[in-house]
Amino acid sequence: MTRDVLELGDIGLDEGAHVCIRHELAGLERGDELRVRGSSPTLRIDLGAFCRSEGHDLREDAGLFILRRGAAAGARDRNATRAGAADAERPDAVWERPPASFGLAPRGARVEAGSPELRFPLDEKSVVWADEAGRLYAQAAAQQWDPEHAIPWHERVELPAELEDAVVQIMTYLIENETAALIVPARFAAQVHPHFREVQQLLAIQAADEARHIEVFTRRALLWRTELALSTAGGQASLATLIEEPDFSLAALLLSVLGEGSFLSLLWFLHEHGPDPVTRAVARLAAQDEARHVAFGLAHLARHVELEPNLLTRMASAIERRHLALSTTAGLNAEVFDALVLVAARSYDPAAIRRGYGAVVALTVEMDKGRRSRLEKLGFDATQAEHLSSLHTRNFM
Amino acid sequence: MQRETFVLGAVAYDPKVVTIWEGFRAWFAERDFDFDFVLYSNYERQVEAHLRGDFHVAWNSPLAWIETVRAAKRKGRHAEAIAMRDTDRDLTSVILVRSGTGIESVADLAGKRVGVGAPDSPQATLIPLGLLAERGLEPGRDFEVVRHDVLVGKHGDHIGGERDAVRALVRGSVDAACVIDGNHLLFVQEGLVTPGALSVVAQTEKYDHCNFTLLDDAPAGLATRFRELLVSMSYDDPKVRPLLDLEGLKVFLPGRTEGYAPLERAVDRFRYLDAWLGRVTA
Repeated sequence: MTRDVLELGDIGLDEGAHVCIRHELAGLERGDELRVRGSSPTLRIDLGAFCRSEGHDLREDAGLFILRRGAAAGARDRNATRAGAADAERPDAVWERPPASFGLAPRGARVEAGSPELRFPLDEKSVVWADEAGRLYAQAAAQQWDPEHAIPWHERVELPAELEDAVVQIMTYLIENETAALIVPARFAAQVHPHFREVQQLLAIQAADEARHIEVFTRRALLWRTELALSTAGGQASLATLIEEPDFSLAALLLSVLGEGSFLSLLWFLHEHGPDPVTRAVARLAAQDEARHVAFGLAHLARHVELEPNLLTRMASAIERRHLALSTTAGLNAEVFDALVLVAARSYDPAAIRRGYGAVVALTVEMDKGRRSRLEKLGFDATQAEHLSSLHTRNFM
Repeated sequence: MQRETFVLGAVAYDPKVVTIWEGFRAWFAERDFDFDFVLYSNYERQVEAHLRGDFHVAWNSPLAWIETVRAAKRKGRHAEAIAMRDTDRDLTSVILVRSGTGIESVADLAGKRVGVGAPDSPQATLIPLGLLAERGLEPGRDFEVVRHDVLVGKHGDHIGGERDAVRALVRGSVDAACVIDGNHLLFVQEGLVTPGALSVVAQTEKYDHCNFTLLDDAPAGLATRFRELLVSMSYDDPKVRPLLDLEGLKVFLPGRTEGYAPLERAVDRFRYLDAWLGRVTA
């Protein structure tokens, strides 16, 4: 088959003429000819080199260059595999176990055969996927807030020194907890097969959420102070067991469902009892983000349990294992507990302290209730949920 | 009985050479062909080793091919080119000048400074200088030769010498530069040269480049199988495609030797191999 002449005018291959030539050749079959005419001074030389390197034959006839399409053209496309579909809603869009050879290729792309095998440990849909992931990611992206403008930093309220100390202690505790909550999804984001795009995006934005929380908690702590408060050995020991959990599902259970679930109650508590507008605002905004983290954890674990009922047993053991590991530590440090009481009480007046203490006890009851309800959503019965919730770390996260 | 391994000699002009031949080795192994390779730092050492029988087939530059043919002949032996890349056929070199400098023909290069690649580069030195000599301009007498000696011994496989020559041309320290035709485009793509900034003042006749060379003592059965496997490699095969890309070809073709005439003439004219041949065949 012979096409009309491709008229290049005076554009040379050193100015991009090869793009036009490749485009024309792409529509031809092997052995088809393409006639090219042009006046670039180096066209003959450059076309010769181009055809040789691309595997096309070239001859000249009556002022025309005649290219015969070689066998190699289009080889990359010929045996390529379609890696599912970009839109997760389409049938067979998300593979149960995408191969390592899909590597970094976006879902829905055609992947050239022979692409290098990139091993992503989290490559099973049953383990990582939640149908809600795309929606939750979109929601997270839409709800990103700018720490500079979302928080009323200008509403600086000078608190009595002991109350400010309590707030700084709570912020110190929050920062180190949020650091753990950043590390866990960040680590797993790098392990998830990129085929599960929405999950990877969600984990990444979750890490970004935590980065923002760390920023605003730090800024709140430094509103009136130049240093932070005490970071305790017990608190860090509890968080260490969280970031050291290597299993994606178990880490999600411990962090998102139990830890961040409990944190939700704590943040709403601070929103309600925070003694100044900045504390109340940072707590509220962080709580909104954490709610999404909890929702994703619950969604993919619920799906996973449905596919692998035995996961419930593994989850129960993980909670017990962590409880055992923490049995020799202090759990929630007294400094944080007392600070929470004081923040709710607003002063050391005994009557106020009684009120504050009552509020913190109510908070722990609320946390327990939330944990039990979420455990039941995953498939544990009420007795199991009550038992497992009681084993959760006293550090809250 | 232990199977004989068919051994290839190649010059390590670039680290990718290891990737290429390890890849081919694995590909051959999957086809039950026992293959291995040895690498040399320069072609002369490789040719000498080939003549000694240290390996069976050489992946030779065009100059190494001529070295092998001539040294073998002096010893009453015979060399054969059994295969080559599609891209080894019908190359040309071009002599580039800065556009608008008034140099419009070979004759205008008289008295000028002509940048070339490494002294042993067929494409960037020997063949283009041969062209100028055949057209009446004797190197060193009628014009100054400015060498860019990058990795001598590798016969210009590494294109650094050509790049340096073009850099010198763009800078204005030479009046012309000799490069393989495809490198005109490459250097534009790399941003070294502005499109249209350079003109072609001469183009050599077509010549061939590398080949797989056998000497007459090679194990015939293995050599035949090696050649069959080479020419059977398909760019459609995803396992071999990355290796072909690295080696710069789409398909291996049978060898041919008529394309070495321009280099033969240049080598003769400049008596380029006399000293080496005398030493090797003494």
